[in-house]
Order: sequence, then C-alpha cells, then structure tokens
Amino acid sequence: MSLQKEDVEKIAHLAQLSINEEDIPGYLEELSKILHLVEQMNAVNTDNVEPMAHPQDSSQRLREDKETEINQRDAFQKIAPQVERGFYLVPRVIE
Amino acid sequence: MEWETVIGLEIHTQLSTKSKIFSAASTAYGAEPNTQACAVDLGLPGVLPVLNAEAVRMAVKFGVAIGAHIAPRSVFARKNYFYPDLPKGYQISQYELPIVGEGQITIELEDGSKKVIGVTRAHLEEDAGKSLHENFHGMTGIDLNRAGTPLLEIVSEPDMRSAVEAVAYMKKIHSIVKYLEICDGNMQEGSFRCDANVSVRPKGQKEYGTRAELKNINSFRFVERAINHEVERQIDIIESGGKVAQETRLYDSDNNTTRSMRSKEEAMDYRYFPDPDLLPVDIEPSFIDDIKQTLPEMPDDKKNRFISDFGLNANDADTLIASKELADYYETTVKFSGNETRLSANWVIVELSGTLNKEGIELNASPVSAQMLGDMIKRIADDTISGKIAKQVFEAMWNGQGSADEIIQSKGLKQVTDTGAIEKIIDDIISANPQQVEQFRGGKDKVFGFFVGQVMKQTQGKANPKQVNELLRKKLSS
Repeated sequence: MSLQKEDVEKIAHLAQLSINEEDIPGYLEELSKILHLVEQMNAVNTDNVEPMAHPQDSSQRLREDKETEINQRDAFQKIAPQVERGFYLVPRVIE
Repeated sequence: MEWETVIGLEIHTQLSTKSKIFSAASTAYGAEPNTQACAVDLGLPGVLPVLNAEAVRMAVKFGVAIGAHIAPRSVFARKNYFYPDLPKGYQISQYELPIVGEGQITIELEDGSKKVIGVTRAHLEEDAGKSLHENFHGMTGIDLNRAGTPLLEIVSEPDMRSAVEAVAYMKKIHSIVKYLEICDGNMQEGSFRCDANVSVRPKGQKEYGTRAELKNINSFRFVERAINHEVERQIDIIESGGKVAQETRLYDSDNNTTRSMRSKEEAMDYRYFPDPDLLPVDIEPSFIDDIKQTLPEMPDDKKNRFISDFGLNANDADTLIASKELADYYETTVKFSGNETRLSANWVIVELSGTLNKEGIELNASPVSAQMLGDMIKRIADDTISGKIAKQVFEAMWNGQGSADEIIQSKGLKQVTDTGAIEKIIDDIISANPQQVEQFRGGKDKVFGFFVGQVMKQTQGKANPKQVNELLRKKLSS
C-alpha cells in the first residue's frame, strides 16, 4: 500500500506539524517504506500468537499512594513562554 | 410517529487517591494554580509515569462490587490529541484491554419497577487540566493541578430509554462509588461527571439512530434536562426532513440548550496505541479475593436489612440509604437510643434532615451528633420526656446548650409522672370548670380535648400525655 499526498497532509495535521509543500514527496516515500515493512510483517501467520502490549514480557510495578512531590511552580514557570498569576498562558483555545 | 429514545452514559469518577495516577503530586482540590503540577503532569521531556497502586485497587473494588469481570491483564494506551490541558499531546487511558469488563447495575424506577442496565466496561485514565478563557486578555490560562488525577470512566450499554432512567442509573453509580469510598461524588467540584450518548429511532426499529454526545453535564437535574432537550431537537430535525449529525454537543445549563463542539469532518482520530512507558498490569486472583472480603455493605443490601431487621418501610429505608453518611448516622442513633429503630428513623428523616436543609448545613457539620440524638430518643422511649418536649430539647442541642440530659435537667423538662401531682391538677381543673364537666357528661366528647389542653397548660407540657388521658377519663366519668 502506498500513501497519497493527502494522507501525508492528514498525518501532519493530526500531529500538528507544519510541513513545506516541497518536502511532501520525500515524506511520502519514507512513510510508504515504513508501511511496506509493516506489510511484510503482516504476511507472517500469527494466528496462534498472543499479541504483546510491550516488548518486555513483564508486568507493571505499582507505586504506593503517597504525595511526595513538592511545589516547584517557580522553577517550571521560568522556562514557560508566558505565565500570569500562576497560570500558563497559551494562544486562545476556542471550543 | 412514535419515537424511542436510546441513551448510553459515560460517567467519569475521580478516584479519591492522595496522589495522582502516574505521579506523586497531590490531588487536593482548590489549590493555587499549578502548585500541584509536577514534571510528570507537565509532560516535561524524560519523565516516566509510575502507576498508583491505590487507583488500581479502587478500580478493582468497583468492578467486584458490580459483579464485573476483572481483567487479569490490562493495558494502558495513549489517546492522542492536542489540547493544552494535557501538555504531553496524549492522554494515558485504556483502550482494548480495560481493567474492568462487563457488569450490571439494577436501577429502580419511581413506580417500583426494576431494570437491569449493562455496564460495558470501566477503565482507568488520567484527568486533564483546566482551561480558563476569560480575563487573560485574549489568551487562555492553563491550570494543570487537575492533570493526572485518576479517573475511572464507567461506560454503560445503550440500555436506557428515557432521561428518567438515565438519572436513576447515574444516581445508582453515584451511591455505589460513595459507598465504596473510591470517589467523594462531589459534582460541583467535578469529581463525578457524565457524558450522555443520545439518539432517537422510530418505535419498533431495531437499528440505532445517529447519536450525539452531550458533554459537560454536572448535576442530576441537568442530565434529565439536557437529554430531554436533545431528544426534542433530534426529533424536530428528523420530522422536518433533516438528518441528525454525529457530533459532540456541549450542554449550556444557563440557557438549557446544547451547541455543537466538533463537526463530523474534524472527527477526532485518536490513534490509540499501547503506551510504551507502561507495562501491562497483572491482577492476581488473590488480590481480587482480598477486595471481595473487605467490600462494605452495598446500598441495596443495606436497604433490605433496614426493612427486615429494623422494621422500616421501603420509603424510609430509601431515604436513609440515599447516602452512606446518613445511613451511618441513623445506625449510630439507633444504637444510642436503645434500639428504637422506627422512632430514630422518624427523627433522622423529619427533624434532623429538615433542620439541616433549612439551615443549609451538611450532615457532617451537624451540631447534633448521632450519639446526642440517640441519647435524646432514649429519653422519649423511657418516658422522661414527651415527643413534643423533645422538639424543644432538640432545638436546644442544635443551639449548643449541651446534651439531652443536661438540657432536660437545666430547663426542668422532665415529664411529670407523679400520679398524685397530676390528679391534684385535674381535680382543680374539674372544680373550676363545672360547665364543661356537665357538657362532657352529657355526651359531648369533644370537650375532653379542652381538659387535656388545660392540664398541659398547667404543667407546661411536661405531664405524660398517656397518663393525663387515663386519669382524666377516670375522673370525669366517676
């Protein structure tokens, strides 16, 4: 399966990436290559294989419910582009 | 044409853990903005989520309580969307393998009929932060304190056929999570909220109509109103030849309307995939068994016990089990009253709840504790005070004037049960009112009330009414 130009634009849109028109043929080729690889893997019969959710065959360790984080707002907000009255400011989000 | 409404609910319950689902930041409500948003919650590079054991335990507790299948292995997935209230660019949720599988909830409707509503699944996920659009000179202010708060999203089957059923289901889930103490159920603070999937179809048709998802419903009253409004809107569209669009609509409680949030063209493509930062969660059978052993009594069982062991009627039992706090208060009252189950029910439902309502006070802030009320009811039961005087005692306790016994003592409210004293008062009244005595003896039974009133007046209500009645009858007819 090969991708179309529109697919690349849609993927970029979903990932919130701004891409240049002239770069699209390059992305098209590279992304299609990935899909070809997936197709190759798809050809293997996996009928009796249980899918893994993680490459490591292990299970999640749990953390005790304890509050140990301290307030580091000042440090975090120093590297934010814009803050006001403790809030992070972003371009207006309209619903 | 006759239409049938089809409703499914997604209920988001914030789990009452101390720390967040994937970080050790506090989940306390109402803190200064962003003071409880740590590096993990902010999605800073290099951080890793570590799952909170208590969130897992609470989710399993819910599953066990509704008799649902608990997944021996469940998986966290990334739900991708860009919105500044979750700076990572995705929400960690569960998709293909949720922790709680199919279960059932039985709802009871006002006419007493019962209906089983299917629960499709319940999964763990993280809550998002809050966006404020006002007062930031055209920009949006983001508070990430709520980001990462554990949520259990409980998804129902499209089994409800009216707004009333939807409310009954929501109330049932609300009482279950509160009884389990896994969610505080506070709807004003957003700890318990719901999205409703609503569609209509001609009665008798098998296929579902196109559904709209209503968001932002944060009270039982609004669920009913929002659904009814949406049903009318959809029927209007179809009857005028239009088509219902599959979309998300935001409920506006101020105007009782819904408006479109996202159009179909821009339908979200969440591109779920297993989160590589988290391993699958394994639940051992012994873990489930332990939870089964420690499960508290559920609302339905409590109701049945109140009816069979305490001799309450179904209405009173329903009122008392509506919240776990009230049921606990009632049982403590019963204990201290010397097992006066019905008298206690009456006092808790009428005087206590009525006064709390009138004063706008929550039960846990009641100036009259369950023990104080129980102690007072004991004094009604042992004839120290009458029910009428008890109201005075209750009021005095409410105003902080001490315990029932202290108030009875200091105000001299103890019932007069000394037969001799009452007899003397009666004799005086009889000789002072010969006319009324004549009337009574002449067959005018109504005059009896006059004598009772006189005795009560003389004793300031402290005479034992039963005794007064007996003595009066005896004296008047002799």
